[in-house]
Amino acid sequence: MRKFEGKVLFLDRSDINTDEIIPAKYLTEIEKSALGPHLLEDLNLEGFSTDSDEFKQSSVAITRANFGCGSSREHAPWAFAECGYHTIIASGFARIFRQNMFNGGLLAIELTEADIEKIFNKYSSCQDVTVAVDMDSSTLTVSADDQKSTFEFVISGFDRALVEAGGWLEYADENYD
Amino acid sequence: MKQTIADKIFEKHLRNEPFPGSFVLDIDVVMCHEITTPTAILDLVARGKDRVFDPTKIKAVIDHVTPSKDSKTAAQAKVLRDWARRNEIKDFFDVGRNGVCHAIFPEKGFIRPGYTVIMGDSHTCTHGAFGAFSAGVGTTDLEVGILKGVCAFRKPATIKININGKLRKGVYAKDLILHIISVLTVNGATDHVVEFHGEQITEMTMESRMTLSNMAVEMGATTGICMPDEVTLDFLWEFVKEDYNNDKEAALADFKSWHSDDDAVYAKVVEIDADALVPVATFGYKPDQVKTMDELSGQRVDQVYLGSCTNGRLEDLAVAASILDGKKIADTVRLIVSPATPDIYSKALEAGYIKIFMDAGACLTNPTCGACLGMSNGVLAEGEICASTTNRNFNGRMGKGGMVHLMSPASAAATAINGKITDPREYL
Repeated sequence: MRKFEGKVLFLDRSDINTDEIIPAKYLTEIEKSALGPHLLEDLNLEGFSTDSDEFKQSSVAITRANFGCGSSREHAPWAFAECGYHTIIASGFARIFRQNMFNGGLLAIELTEADIEKIFNKYSSCQDVTVAVDMDSSTLTVSADDQKSTFEFVISGFDRALVEAGGWLEYADENYD
Repeated sequence: MKQTIADKIFEKHLRNEPFPGSFVLDIDVVMCHEITTPTAILDLVARGKDRVFDPTKIKAVIDHVTPSKDSKTAAQAKVLRDWARRNEIKDFFDVGRNGVCHAIFPEKGFIRPGYTVIMGDSHTCTHGAFGAFSAGVGTTDLEVGILKGVCAFRKPATIKININGKLRKGVYAKDLILHIISVLTVNGATDHVVEFHGEQITEMTMESRMTLSNMAVEMGATTGICMPDEVTLDFLWEFVKEDYNNDKEAALADFKSWHSDDDAVYAKVVEIDADALVPVATFGYKPDQVKTMDELSGQRVDQVYLGSCTNGRLEDLAVAASILDGKKIADTVRLIVSPATPDIYSKALEAGYIKIFMDAGACLTNPTCGACLGMSNGVLAEGEICASTTNRNFNGRMGKGGMVHLMSPASAAATAINGKITDPREYL
């Protein structure tokens, strides 16, 4: 199985919707590769810029409640994947977005609001924050400088199987006629 | 006993439970449009699996950008069109015969009580109005659905919404659902099914029920269900009568067998007082930010949009026409009317609504989703404001830098006349 670790992009807002992740005008693209350059381009969030190193170099996003609400467009997780993101950690996801992540073999990890709050308080102003996910123990570790915090998370057996298989299509091919 | 309608549908359609709490269901109807389906089609072709599990259970329509506006959207339409022909999908609706998916598919009788329905479109929850478990999914779920006729869901906990009392004059299903969303919030029903109950619901037309169910996803719900009853049966009768040997009572009994049991277990019960409601609209960038039309009264709008899977049906056009009859819209606004299907358009023409709209100064477009998500046929410019009968008011939804006030068709019509937000009761 692939490794889920990397630098962190903080998106400090709830209800970031799929129009903000990838605007509808790009839904005319059939090729996933065309979506990457437009990831989060309409996101109005203080301190956020798609020109920042933090945005360009990260592969894990940490955010708050109801992430990915709105449209069913799988273009949203595709755009993240095209930009090298494989893990999104939030206090909650919209159902379709979350399933789209797992269906593509990506991780959508839900932590409690209290744990998300702790991460934002302790790490969001640090430089070079990283996350490493340990799928075997269902824990993730946030690190920066000489600080380190580990959090447990819950992932359903089904979602874990999708991640291990590389996605729902791969899993369904093995298990359903 | 003790089952909700969703429990019953899950039990009937269960393929297996591969892991505790995850249910793989057989799907009765897989619906497809030209925005989220082509990527699935091309992937199936690339994998050497260009086939469908059952062409009679797949329905396809070109609706988001139609007729195509440029080479890219023409290519998307062509991928869908060629695939439908290649795979002998008979229920494919091309330019001229096409309408907004969540209006045309129920109009054709494709959705029945107790069905499982998926589509690569978040407003697929609309069809819960027929007592179906109908959920929006992404392209990968759609692809597996097309290929294998299955889809996976978590166990559905259900929130019961009791609508007590009756809506007053000038207050419609749209006002009711906006109020419900403001109570439950944008993620208050995430991973839940919602059920709509109460005398007001049983007296509602299917069109109004679809308006309610359509916006269930705006509070995070997987689907929003109304119990199938006489109204549902009347709507579907011509499509189902042969299945029941013309026996309406047997059909009704079958429809009602899907009802949630009296002792069904709910995650939560929410009481809504319909009598107290007044016309409302959204004011911010989230569908749960709701104020009364009175509070918003006088605010500027640049465009008014009447249409969409939420409110582009005949009764929506009828109420707007009754307000606009003999009147002109304000010089400072443009009104765009998009009947949701060709049949609705045709009936609106016969009823004289189209003439009323044109005389008032409206632009009539063919049936399409275009303006609602800022793809075509009414995109806003930076800084513009639209009073809209659609379902989403996200920042930039109808065009980058544009703002949307969601409201009922009556409110939209009154607003068009004044060129600023106007309580429709002034015109009733």
